[in-house]
Amino acid sequence: MSMVVSSIGQGLLWAILGVALYLTFRILDFADMTVEGTFPLGAATAVTAITHGLNPILATILAFVAGSCAGLLTGLMYTKGKIPVLLAGILVMNACLSVNLRIMGSANISLLGKKTIFSNSFLKSLPNYFDSVCVGLILMIVITLLLAFFLQTDLGQAFIATGDNPKMAHSLGINTDNMTILGLVVSNGLIAVGGALIAQNNGYADINMGIGIIVIALASIIIGEVAFGELTLNQRLVAVICGSILYRLVLLIVLQLGFNTNDFNLISSLILATCLILPSLKNKLHLSNVLKKGLTPYDRR
Amino acid sequence: MIDAKKPLLTMQNVSVTANNHKILNNLNLTIHEKDFITVLGANGAGKSTLFNTISGNLLPSSGHIFLQEQEITNWSVIQRTKFLSRVFQDPKVGTAPRLTVAENLLLSLHRGQKRRLRNRHLKQHLGQFQQITQAMYNDLDQHLNTATENLSGGQRQALSFLMAVQVRPKLLLLDEHTAALDPKTSHTLMTQTNKYINKDRLTCLMITHQLDDALQFGNRLLVLDQGKIKYDFDATQKSQLTKEQLLQIFERAN
Repeated sequence: MSMVVSSIGQGLLWAILGVALYLTFRILDFADMTVEGTFPLGAATAVTAITHGLNPILATILAFVAGSCAGLLTGLMYTKGKIPVLLAGILVMNACLSVNLRIMGSANISLLGKKTIFSNSFLKSLPNYFDSVCVGLILMIVITLLLAFFLQTDLGQAFIATGDNPKMAHSLGINTDNMTILGLVVSNGLIAVGGALIAQNNGYADINMGIGIIVIALASIIIGEVAFGELTLNQRLVAVICGSILYRLVLLIVLQLGFNTNDFNLISSLILATCLILPSLKNKLHLSNVLKKGLTPYDRR
Repeated sequence: MIDAKKPLLTMQNVSVTANNHKILNNLNLTIHEKDFITVLGANGAGKSTLFNTISGNLLPSSGHIFLQEQEITNWSVIQRTKFLSRVFQDPKVGTAPRLTVAENLLLSLHRGQKRRLRNRHLKQHLGQFQQITQAMYNDLDQHLNTATENLSGGQRQALSFLMAVQVRPKLLLLDEHTAALDPKTSHTLMTQTNKYINKDRLTCLMITHQLDDALQFGNRLLVLDQGKIKYDFDATQKSQLTKEQLLQIFERAN
């Protein structure tokens, strides 16, 4: 049981990555590789700040700022420098590796004995693993509400239109460059917050913790879409969070089957590939018909 | 009745160069207020380049463009959307596919304005959207909450047109906006377009390849050839012009 609670807690904490990537991957419609650099950047910034005695909440906000700056760089390279967005993201991601080492001073810093967001006395009083559930839940509610509000504003609609049809958006006087930069700044800021939280939850920051992050974030988006189907935009944000939790539960099952944590990246890619193939497979094999048939009582067929 | 003609947009000796080739070649054009100009020309004559230069997507290598008395030669696309709107040939270009009809109309309601962090107030505008979509007679009003990717091409182009004229533009550019539609749908949209332009007395430039449309609609006809305006027929000349004469003009040009 505690394993399930732990998975839900992890799912909620990691959900911030899915929601952040949703802004670029689904709304602006491109894959932003920067996140593989901004996730450890957030962790490095927050952990280093905490070890220097900064309040953990301020340290997390600082991580947001650091991530936003990296997103801004990718955005400027893409919109003003006309570098393809995939390449711009990879360049910033690569640069982040050096920056992170500079910030941390070594490849790994521990938070042992330091105050983190999770050392709050109320959180300590909760049963095991409920601290991450609690923090994750509060954070996801706040972020989802803020994003849902933003997307319903005139600015948010211009942002959505930019991803949906940039040529039209531009011809209506929307500054599509600024919208793209805005998306990258907010998205990478949130990814860095995710890195800061997960590092505090794990009790350390590691230079390699960004590897495969984009796949994990994509997995929560895709699993949410495959599991819940057609939804409104706001519902989709919630579906991403549920997708993140489902992903953790699937990993838990896989672990129970006897795989170990070293196989995580292989399994993550497999899960994601399966989910991506599933919709076309469903059409080919008429799975939904088969399922419907299976669920209809015999006399009504 | 003689209207005192006020110039709205003036292009003076405008040239646009690409790959050392002059696509527009010292072009001079004055568009007057309430002109409805049809634009003809063979492929490569510079029609699209003319539109892209007016809209700011292309900047001239030489020459000047004025809006009334103000020079706008170096204005950006975004600045120009304050006075100008445009309908493209491809139905996919004019609308945002995943947004609904109402959301698209709401986007165009703020054409050329700064987008703020302020609630979009979609519901308050639905009545108004209902009204303007009804006028297109193609069931668009039944689909205000449908994503535009699920509309027919004709409905999407009608929506693109409404989005362009909802906030009255000083200058409307129609870039073969009925060309991608079947003959019947194309005819319906062209009729509605003409009605709307005459009713609101819009200033409009319309590219077309349909000689009949070019003759039937508007009060002025331009023929472009090799980046220059070869013929500029006013309302009287245009009314005497026949399709055969136009065809001859084209044969001579080629």
